[in-house]
Amino acid sequence: MADKPLASEYAARPEGAYPVIAEDLTKRFGEFTAVDRVSFHILPGEVFGWLGPNGAGKTTTIRMLLGLIRPSAGTLGVLGFDPVTQTKIMQAHVGYMSQLFTLYNDLTARENIHFYGRVYGLNRKALAQRQDEIIQMAGLEGREDMLTANLSGGWKQRLALGCAIVHNPRVVFLDEPTAGVDAISRREFWGLIYAMANKGTTILVTTHYMDEAELCQRVGFINQGRLVAIGTPDELKQTHMRGQVLEIDTPEPDHAVRLLKEAQTKQSLPIDEVALYGAQIHVVVPSADEFLKPVRAMLESEAIVVSNIVWITPTLEDVFISTVQNQAGQATPGKEIKN
Amino acid sequence: MPIDVVISTQALVKHFKGQRKIVTAVDSVTLEVKRGETFGLIGPDGAGKSTTTRVILGLLRRDGGTSSVLGYDSMRDVYEIRERTGYIAQQFTLPADMTVLENMRFFADLHGIPHKLQKSSIAELLKFAGLTEFTSRPAGRLSGGMKKKLALACSLIHRPQVVLLDEPTLGVDPVSRREFWNLLGNLRAEQGLAIFVCTPYMDEAERCNKVGLIYKGRLIAQDTPAGIKKMVPGHLIEFKPAKFEAARKLVTGMPGILEVQTYGAMLHLYIDETERRQKQIEEALSAQDIAWSGMRGIEPRMEEAFISLVRRQEAADHGR
Repeated sequence: MADKPLASEYAARPEGAYPVIAEDLTKRFGEFTAVDRVSFHILPGEVFGWLGPNGAGKTTTIRMLLGLIRPSAGTLGVLGFDPVTQTKIMQAHVGYMSQLFTLYNDLTARENIHFYGRVYGLNRKALAQRQDEIIQMAGLEGREDMLTANLSGGWKQRLALGCAIVHNPRVVFLDEPTAGVDAISRREFWGLIYAMANKGTTILVTTHYMDEAELCQRVGFINQGRLVAIGTPDELKQTHMRGQVLEIDTPEPDHAVRLLKEAQTKQSLPIDEVALYGAQIHVVVPSADEFLKPVRAMLESEAIVVSNIVWITPTLEDVFISTVQNQAGQATPGKEIKN
Repeated sequence: MPIDVVISTQALVKHFKGQRKIVTAVDSVTLEVKRGETFGLIGPDGAGKSTTTRVILGLLRRDGGTSSVLGYDSMRDVYEIRERTGYIAQQFTLPADMTVLENMRFFADLHGIPHKLQKSSIAELLKFAGLTEFTSRPAGRLSGGMKKKLALACSLIHRPQVVLLDEPTLGVDPVSRREFWNLLGNLRAEQGLAIFVCTPYMDEAERCNKVGLIYKGRLIAQDTPAGIKKMVPGHLIEFKPAKFEAARKLVTGMPGILEVQTYGAMLHLYIDETERRQKQIEEALSAQDIAWSGMRGIEPRMEEAFISLVRRQEAADHGR
């Protein structure tokens, strides 16, 4: 892949060249460690996905980067500023859109942009021009004078993004920006993200949609406060999947699943996971090459017709779950975190 | 006598009176769910998923067509349906100050299950949902994923033949989402339960054996996931152009390109012939000095198919 980052590219850059830096970042709330010695660097113009289960520490990380809460330990840099001591000046160059973004429903789209522009201290002349740019970028032409309350979810969300970047920030943090938005609007939203990135804006985005994570240039997985994997989606699929995925087609998937689960329980085959996917079955084994034939033979010995069995590329979701479970296996059990 | 058809609707219609006009939330929906099937009703917010579910269950009156569960009419036989179905509503919440076990007992009592029988079936369901260790924890202190599992266990307490789940994984993280779907898979594989599930997640459609795509109240497609993906003609290729907008304009309208979709920094194209068109695209990009990388054929997913089918529907509506 052409967009595979070179290790040397990261190593060769001087400190100040990364718009976002976290080194051994830690946040403790009383006895609870929400973020535990997390380090990462984001490149200029990069779309960086920050992924993890609920309560993993995603939002806490973003809040520290925004200077809203102080880290317990570690260092941070955003555009060369220290979010802890240079909060105000840094925030002038940073955009933030949270899952619970606030738009004024009784203002029009244009008025909302104007309002946020004034909050960020833009003068009227600059703002007039910027308003038009944002309306165009968000595809809100023809709807700019509608009351925000009457815009559908996808429009509102693009307007919220427009308001979050009205001051032309060089770094933008998006915290689950597409939650509750339909597939078509999500696609359009990601078009906007890349339009910003192509102009050099650096973007950190969190999401629960693993298919969106595939769209990021690089992703970091955080689980129980710790960074457990970081890399491009393709790299992670190669390096962080514990086992390989076999996809099985059979006319009797329900029966076949029962047999595979039995084999898993009896440990007659080294199966990590068995899951039904509609009419198909996904089975995770340590090696596809080695166990494709034994899995097939086991099913056929039980008179199951195996129409097809192939080794498939895992999705980022597969990798994510595998990584998280791997960590869970090492950690102390029963430490369930409340949302 | 076993009934093979578990849920059936014929030209189902539901209107709501809006402020100025009447809104048709469900517009002539005909669908069928059979025993042992996992049926996914897939569509964006506001498409009519919840309304369809509620009309089927008899919680809302229908305005046209027919609907039934296990042969019982949704409007006439509400109690027969309630005894035989499990339902998790979208905004469903469990009493937060009651423990896991108390919640289970509460639902068992609601369904009139004798105390003698409760103990064993509750234990069985808690084991199924992986909640055995958490029986004495208040529901309000469970994680989001565990709450959903408890809700599922509660909806199964009266041994229904079919469960209807309205966006059961909303706001749940990927790990819990996977666990929840694995539970549904077990229900299907081990007990042959029919499952009707509404979801906006396109990837969850892949876990159903039949899918209905609903958009603006209308069922625009109904088939297996593989069948739906085949409804979109052509082959799908992707590539990443250096100049995105220029490349998008260039390929839109080129011969043999059936549809252009954006995918982050990539373009997804449905084309009629792989080799010949790919060569033409490469030549056109080179002629315009647009660099690209990663051009390759890919398998369409439910999301690509859905976007394409919705666009087709919109074009047809526009032409009317």
